Amino acid sequence: MSSISDSPRGSGFHLSQLIYDTRYRSMTIQVVTFLLVVLAIWQLGSNLLANLANLGQEPDFGFLDSRAGYDIGSGFGTSIIGYTSASTHIDAAFVGILNTLLVAFLGIVLATIIGVIAGVLRLSKNWLVSRLMAVYVEAFRNVPLLLWIVLIYAVMTESTPQPRAFRVDEAGIADAYMVFDAIAITNRGVYLPGPIWGPNSGILIAVFIASVIGALVYRRYAKKLLFDTGRLLPMVWPAIVIAFLPVILLFFVLGRPVGLDYPVLGGFNFSGGMQISNPLVALWLALSLYTGAFITEIVRAGILSVSKGQSEASEALGMRANRTMSLIILPQAMRVIIPPLTSQYLNLTKNSSLAIAVGYPDVRATLGGITLNQTGRALECMLLLGLFYLALSLIISFVMNVFNNSMKLQER
Amino acid sequence: MKNTVFLGTLTVAGLCAAAASAATLDDVKARGNLNCGVTTGLTGFAAPDANGVWEGFDVDVCRAVAAAIFGDKNAVQFVPTTGETRFTALSSGEIDLLARNTTWTMSRDTDLSFDFIGVNYYDGQGFMVPKNLGVTSAKDLDGATVCIQTGTTTELNLADYFRANNISYEPVPIQTNAEAQQQYLAGACDVYTTDASGLAATRATFEAPADHVLLPEIISKEPLGPLVRHGDNEWGDLTMWVLNALIAAEELGITSANIADMSAAPTNNPEVNRILGTEGELGAMIGLENDWAKNAIMAGGNYGEIFERNIGENTPIGLARGLNAQWTEGGLLYAPPFR
Ligand SMILES: N[C@@H](CCC(=O)N[C@@H](CS)C(=O)NCC(=O)O)C(=O)O
Repeated sequence: MSSISDSPRGSGFHLSQLIYDTRYRSMTIQVVTFLLVVLAIWQLGSNLLANLANLGQEPDFGFLDSRAGYDIGSGFGTSIIGYTSASTHIDAAFVGILNTLLVAFLGIVLATIIGVIAGVLRLSKNWLVSRLMAVYVEAFRNVPLLLWIVLIYAVMTESTPQPRAFRVDEAGIADAYMVFDAIAITNRGVYLPGPIWGPNSGILIAVFIASVIGALVYRRYAKKLLFDTGRLLPMVWPAIVIAFLPVILLFFVLGRPVGLDYPVLGGFNFSGGMQISNPLVALWLALSLYTGAFITEIVRAGILSVSKGQSEASEALGMRANRTMSLIILPQAMRVIIPPLTSQYLNLTKNSSLAIAVGYPDVRATLGGITLNQTGRALECMLLLGLFYLALSLIISFVMNVFNNSMKLQER
Repeated sequence: MKNTVFLGTLTVAGLCAAAASAATLDDVKARGNLNCGVTTGLTGFAAPDANGVWEGFDVDVCRAVAAAIFGDKNAVQFVPTTGETRFTALSSGEIDLLARNTTWTMSRDTDLSFDFIGVNYYDGQGFMVPKNLGVTSAKDLDGATVCIQTGTTTELNLADYFRANNISYEPVPIQTNAEAQQQYLAGACDVYTTDASGLAATRATFEAPADHVLLPEIISKEPLGPLVRHGDNEWGDLTMWVLNALIAAEELGITSANIADMSAAPTNNPEVNRILGTEGELGAMIGLENDWAKNAIMAGGNYGEIFERNIGENTPIGLARGLNAQWTEGGLLYAPPFR
């Protein structure tokens, strides 16, 4: 029997058509495959549930509402949630989520800055500079991230003094001193003066936000003017003045509403001020440098994808090299850069789950570590963890897609 | 780490529940060796020696069980586990027995579906600090940075203790004892807290042990014992009675020195005869040959010998028997009768 494409004369539909009729065949294959996949998933799922039931462990998320009983190091997440050991497991998960978001955000910002700068320098005509960047890229790209995290952390803890080294003895001598009497760099973290928000400081913040927006508006206007009329206004210093001058003036007019709280050594550790813990810094630097190496290559590829004629044309017009880069090359390179950049952002975010190696309390360490272990709810915790990372990745992809669309070649 | 947990989850899902209800003894016999979960390295309790041979107080429990089954104390595959991975390793069937300084608690026994087969070390949680800190009591630790192993009872006790005493601390979560030791010595934390026996063992490996003190407070009860999966009672019985045999042997004066003589012919103590298999059929009751306990005791000696050799007062760790003496000596060790 050969396959037929025309419907058989007059007579209705035959079951064999599902296989032999090319109009239906592909549909049949898809439906069958789909059913097989569903069956396989169902089989795995029910097997899992049955086996868990055998072990007496039916999936149950009730544990999330029970008392966690463990403490999480102080820091961003803990202070926002107000977490103590009397909080619930779900609170612990939120502390972890906030910490993950913090390090992912900081990492993405720094990795982008490093990647763009290194990517441009990698193409530098200066032999030394471009070689140095190549060394950076190869060193970070080819060594596992976990090693970098642990290495950076080890260097930070071994090379800095303990808090108690700052204690002044009877002779008035200490083993270590604070920088400017304000900053203490210890093997547990960096202690900085923190702001004390007095009355009226709200006004100050509002004015600052408004001035930053003002500075951005100015830049936009200057750029439009340049493109429309060719008149070049200075870009950098007016923007800085607009952003900062009003707040500084207001600060004194309002009688210094924001004070500084200096860290002081008391007991075992410094207290007061702000603390940036070593695990956070180590994780942040390692993630940024590692991902930055990949971004460097993406940026380089992006720049090289812009045809040489573009830079030649811009040079012919008499534009300076750095303006050529920022106004002509990079905007065009962006179209090539953004899609792979998105996947680097996703990598960085997911790689932040290595945090536990240095004891940074991210969501993998709280929900997927201590909570999982203390409650024994491996399946539930891993499921929630998976959902969280999935949601976060989708959000990042979405934002980057929006950004990508705004950068696309606008056909006129 | 991440992988282990995840693979563990998958395995729990896939194979293991089957293994959990099936006869572990048959699996072990078919495999030809016992898979025993131990620490990643805690001198005196479980650590490989210079030749890579595992030795220690917990290791000897594994060896005794292997000897009881196979007559060969080396028929053991040691699987290093961290505080976080140990339970997944056991419930997934990766190991048959977990002997790793593990505290017997109600939720581990019930909710996590394990069965503790006894206690081989009665312990409590303590604190270690550098001597030059000048701290003499745990109550002085307000504001201290504390190294703790995650996934342990230690971290829960610590939270409770500081809360009850209304003092604060900064936890540094750590995965293995080796890592904790490194962080503590580097001064990344002021205090290291874990089971007092673990502290003593850790301190023994320091270059200058005398520079560190254990604080007087013991803040919890930590009955440490081996455990198996819940659901295979035959396997639970077998391992439990091997442990009991080691304890009873000390009480009854069976040692590695005299065991050859004692088991050659029936003695005039019937209980000794029943344990050593020269009388009665106790071995058959747990599915083993009648010389099971003899082999178990010959593997590393009786409980007292195991204790003295690995962690006793003549070792660098130098732990006194204390609560871990026989009930006849004022301790808590008390093996039920062999009959
Ligand atoms: N007994 C506690 C703590 C057990 C524990 O983690 N002990 C440490 C120190 S005593 C240990 O065995 N560490 C060895 C390793 O890191 O593998 C529990 O069961 O949760």
